Amino acid sequence: MNWLIILGLIPLAGAFVLSALPAASELLAKRIALVTTLAVAGVAIAMATQFQRDNVDPQFVQSYSWIPTFGINFAVGIDGIALVLILLSSLLAPVVVLAGWNEAAGGRWSVKTFYILILILQTMIIGVFSASDVFLFYVFFEAMLIPVYFLIGGYGTGARAAAAVKFLLYSLFGGLLMLAAIIGLYVLSGEQGGHTFDIAALSNLQMSSTTENLLFLGFFIAFAIKAPVWPFHTWLPDAADSAAPGTSVLLLGVLDKVGTFGMIKYCLVLFPNASKTFTPLIITLAVISIIYGAMLAIGQKDFKRLIAFTSISHFGFITLGIFAMTTQGQSGATLYMFNHGFSTAALFLVAGWMAARRGSSTISDFGGLQRVTPIMAWSFFFAGMSSLALPGLSSFVSEFLVLVGTYTRYPVAAIIAAFGIVLAALYILIPIQRALHGPTTPGNESLSDLNLREKIAIAPVLAVILVLGFYPSPLLNVINPAAQHSISQAGFSDPLPTIETHSTAKVGE
Amino acid sequence: MTSNSLVYLIALPLIGSAVLLLAGRRADRWGHVLATLASGSSFVVGLYQFSQMLARSGEERAVTQKLFSWISVGSFKVDAALMLDQLSICFVLLITGVGTLIHIYSIAYMSHDLDRRRFFAYLNLFIAAMLLLVLGDSYLNLYVGWEGVGLASYLLIGFWNQKPTYATAAKKAFIANRVGDLGLSLAIMISFATLGTVSFSGVKEQAEHASTGALTAIGIMLLVAATGKSAQFPLQAWLGDAMAGPTPVSALIHAATMVTAGVYLIVRSNFIFDAAPTAQLMVAIVGAITLLFGAIIGMAKDDIKKALAASTMSQIGYMILGAGLGPAGYAFAIMHLLTHGFFKAGMFLGAGSVMHGMDDEVNMRRFGGLRKFMPITFATFGIGYLAIIGVPPFAGFYSKDKIIEVAFNAGGVKGWIFGCTALLGAAITAFYMTRLVIMTFAGNKRWDAKAHPHESPALMWIPMVLLAVGSVASGFIFSQGNSLRNWLAPVVEHEHEVEVELLSPAVVSILALLLVALGVGIAVMKYLRTEVLREAPENVSIFTKIARRDLMQDAFNEAVFMRPGQKVTAALVDIDKFVIDGAVRGVARLTQGSGSALRTTQTGYVRSYAMWILLGAIGLVATIWIVTL
Repeated sequence: MNWLIILGLIPLAGAFVLSALPAASELLAKRIALVTTLAVAGVAIAMATQFQRDNVDPQFVQSYSWIPTFGINFAVGIDGIALVLILLSSLLAPVVVLAGWNEAAGGRWSVKTFYILILILQTMIIGVFSASDVFLFYVFFEAMLIPVYFLIGGYGTGARAAAAVKFLLYSLFGGLLMLAAIIGLYVLSGEQGGHTFDIAALSNLQMSSTTENLLFLGFFIAFAIKAPVWPFHTWLPDAADSAAPGTSVLLLGVLDKVGTFGMIKYCLVLFPNASKTFTPLIITLAVISIIYGAMLAIGQKDFKRLIAFTSISHFGFITLGIFAMTTQGQSGATLYMFNHGFSTAALFLVAGWMAARRGSSTISDFGGLQRVTPIMAWSFFFAGMSSLALPGLSSFVSEFLVLVGTYTRYPVAAIIAAFGIVLAALYILIPIQRALHGPTTPGNESLSDLNLREKIAIAPVLAVILVLGFYPSPLLNVINPAAQHSISQAGFSDPLPTIETHSTAKVGE
Repeated sequence: MTSNSLVYLIALPLIGSAVLLLAGRRADRWGHVLATLASGSSFVVGLYQFSQMLARSGEERAVTQKLFSWISVGSFKVDAALMLDQLSICFVLLITGVGTLIHIYSIAYMSHDLDRRRFFAYLNLFIAAMLLLVLGDSYLNLYVGWEGVGLASYLLIGFWNQKPTYATAAKKAFIANRVGDLGLSLAIMISFATLGTVSFSGVKEQAEHASTGALTAIGIMLLVAATGKSAQFPLQAWLGDAMAGPTPVSALIHAATMVTAGVYLIVRSNFIFDAAPTAQLMVAIVGAITLLFGAIIGMAKDDIKKALAASTMSQIGYMILGAGLGPAGYAFAIMHLLTHGFFKAGMFLGAGSVMHGMDDEVNMRRFGGLRKFMPITFATFGIGYLAIIGVPPFAGFYSKDKIIEVAFNAGGVKGWIFGCTALLGAAITAFYMTRLVIMTFAGNKRWDAKAHPHESPALMWIPMVLLAVGSVASGFIFSQGNSLRNWLAPVVEHEHEVEVELLSPAVVSILALLLVALGVGIAVMKYLRTEVLREAPENVSIFTKIARRDLMQDAFNEAVFMRPGQKVTAALVDIDKFVIDGAVRGVARLTQGSGSALRTTQTGYVRSYAMWILLGAIGLVATIWIVTL
């Protein structure tokens, strides 16, 4: 038994307890879910304190033989990047449960089932970030789809069934490509000294550049769909539009990070040469995502779709940082994953509360909320400022690191991406003006402000956003060694300042 | 040298702001007092630092304080650290001094507003952010303050955002500023990529070794940043609309302090601009264009606040021009910035006092003859007026004349163009300011029925009087024995350059005074000798019409950026829906399996899902089985 396995088993145990409950005891089910997620958060924090931050080897390693015939192990172990993402998912889960206290009502199935799905999903998320066996990773990667599919299709609104199927088909398509690539790796490992799915062993495989490129693409497309990167993004707005706000938070805030996490942990590590080959293409797609996502966000009329498109823009930044192949880019991208989780959570939860009160998430249905529901309006404003990366809030640090890290290697890409700074101001301030400012429009006069439960749910999220804006070191200290390690594994080192090369040249003369 | 007390400068107003925002309505009764005390205490800390600084010799006056390591990734290391030197202390005293006066004034000015507490919270937030801007020891620390003041400005312009036009004005200011901020972030990126550092001391050290190309790029990006924040051409369009904010805000943020941050940025980065002549020349050109641009708009405005805003834009143009003239001009740019801080803040407070008595009317065609009813406002405004048009011995005479002089001394064609532009600007300034004073305080009464002009309460006029004292004395003090120039020399002057004199100082002064007299004379003829109409005349020349519309700045931005942008956005929304998603749906339909899944969405989608999982699992096991064989 070790930290990771305990962590993964807690939500599963909670789910078992819930399944034994009668369907009628809804309040008890909610309480059990809340206690379970809080326990996971507590254990995750305790685990983080035991993490040796300067050790780049996987930690909390545990390996059990699972299917020996195929050389498959139930092997786990995490580096700093995975730790940060496990923290993200563990900290957001109780917030989601508390914030969406009444979200499950009106679903296709019972309230209890909703929380069982959430808890099972949490186990799988922990698993997918912890796995150090490619097959195990794949199992979690695919199995995650099941609870999410039921959460969207069963507890969403509007065209939820269609959105759930769209999400599923996209994901299965990506998963299929990845499966083919995994099998390819497995075959290669058999040819070179024994079948294995162990990541460390697979990273030492010799392969021709064609093989490497094809296998890389198998993984990358799966991750690009999950993240999502333009042009694989069209499932996300539909899913976010239909899912309940809490589900959207888990989907955009945590699940989609599996895609960008996979790019670092699998694409770069297993296929360093192919990563290099495809970098120009991926950088281009990332920059398109940033600008395209932002412009589409500006054009949205619905809060949920708007937030979904801002996320596409943000995922562009994360992808850009990863493939810039600099320490700043890589660390910035990882920090960005964490920060985006929190700022999107804040945006989605408050937008969800607004929509629940008004019975609509259409932006033009709102108006003048700042004077009717000041605390709700301020929470949204705060989250919006984080989304547009205002200095002093957490997203600024990560966005700037990505940009500066990209600029040192790909200045043109960084300059174009930087225009996202201006577009972000537009996509945040336009809806803020329409919904929060101006005179109070008919239908909004008697909306109620946040209640105590909602305040308790949103306050820690906003506090984390503020504190990490000024003091990101606790996370950066954990991320940096892992980011540096993954850069050097991919065969890169940070470009030196051009002035240094000048002066060394002079010395050489 | 290090100091442990720099952080209090920022912490005091920051805590004040946080307390007021978090305490909510509970703080309504005492919030304004706390905020004023916070700002005042910060001023006291500033005075203490200043006295300490005076006790040290020239080269040892700068102090630093490292707070903690902020961002450290690879070779990108930025501390949260503060630096107070001869340049930043000028700003600290201006920000906290004028800031505190405006806090005091606002207690009375905002006394009838139900949200006065929120107003003071924003004011304190602004003071803290502005202090961070001038105290940060690196470009990235400055950036935090830079966007922080932008946020405070946005919140204060939109303080009455229940009015849609005010909300739009706030948004416009934020977005124009963000374009500038884009420049600042690019400057920081280039600086890190080429010099390997983003701290002021580091960049200063490395700049000598850097290529001119890199420094020019950094310089131009810094100039972009400055044009956004300081409302300089071509990012000037937001400032007039920013007058939607309460008048004390216009005085503090949009006249005395925030809008001068661009000047600070350029003077602070003197080591870059001095090594990048092209960028430096561009700074001077932007300043020269803007000083005329603002002055021309100022001639046509009937709204007293918008006329003063145009004047601010023009006066900052002078400062930017000065800063663009290199080591000879930096000190005078800062001098004009400080004197302008006094007289323009004073005049804005005067305008607020007039509005207070005139039922918030801003149209000068509804004023007239107010000097008898508001003697103190008239007197203090009059002193500000004499200062801005440059009548000796008032403050503006010293600071503006010096910039004109230095502009001529730039030499050659450049010198003649900048010098004549600055002179022409002085004449126009004299004209529009005289027009403003006459239309407000002299002539016939053109009031509306609701207006009951009366002198404002002491809490309002005392700050006005104190600022008027500054408008009288500051120029003399700063130029006496070149005091300000010598004070700033360790920061901005590297080697003493030989100065060419195109025109002697006396000739420049006389020329300037003659042109000012001409401007005043024309305004007197036009507005005092003939009656001012209650309605703005419509049968005016095309030039007046264009000037009234701010030289078509909004029309230009809307035609070139806004409407095409909206069209592109709308088109992209359609493309996303029909082309990209359409293609995906098409592909999906082509495959039999997915087709059936789509068909079964209404009824048995769970079953179809189970099928998929099953098929996938079988496929997986089968493949692996085959492969291992």
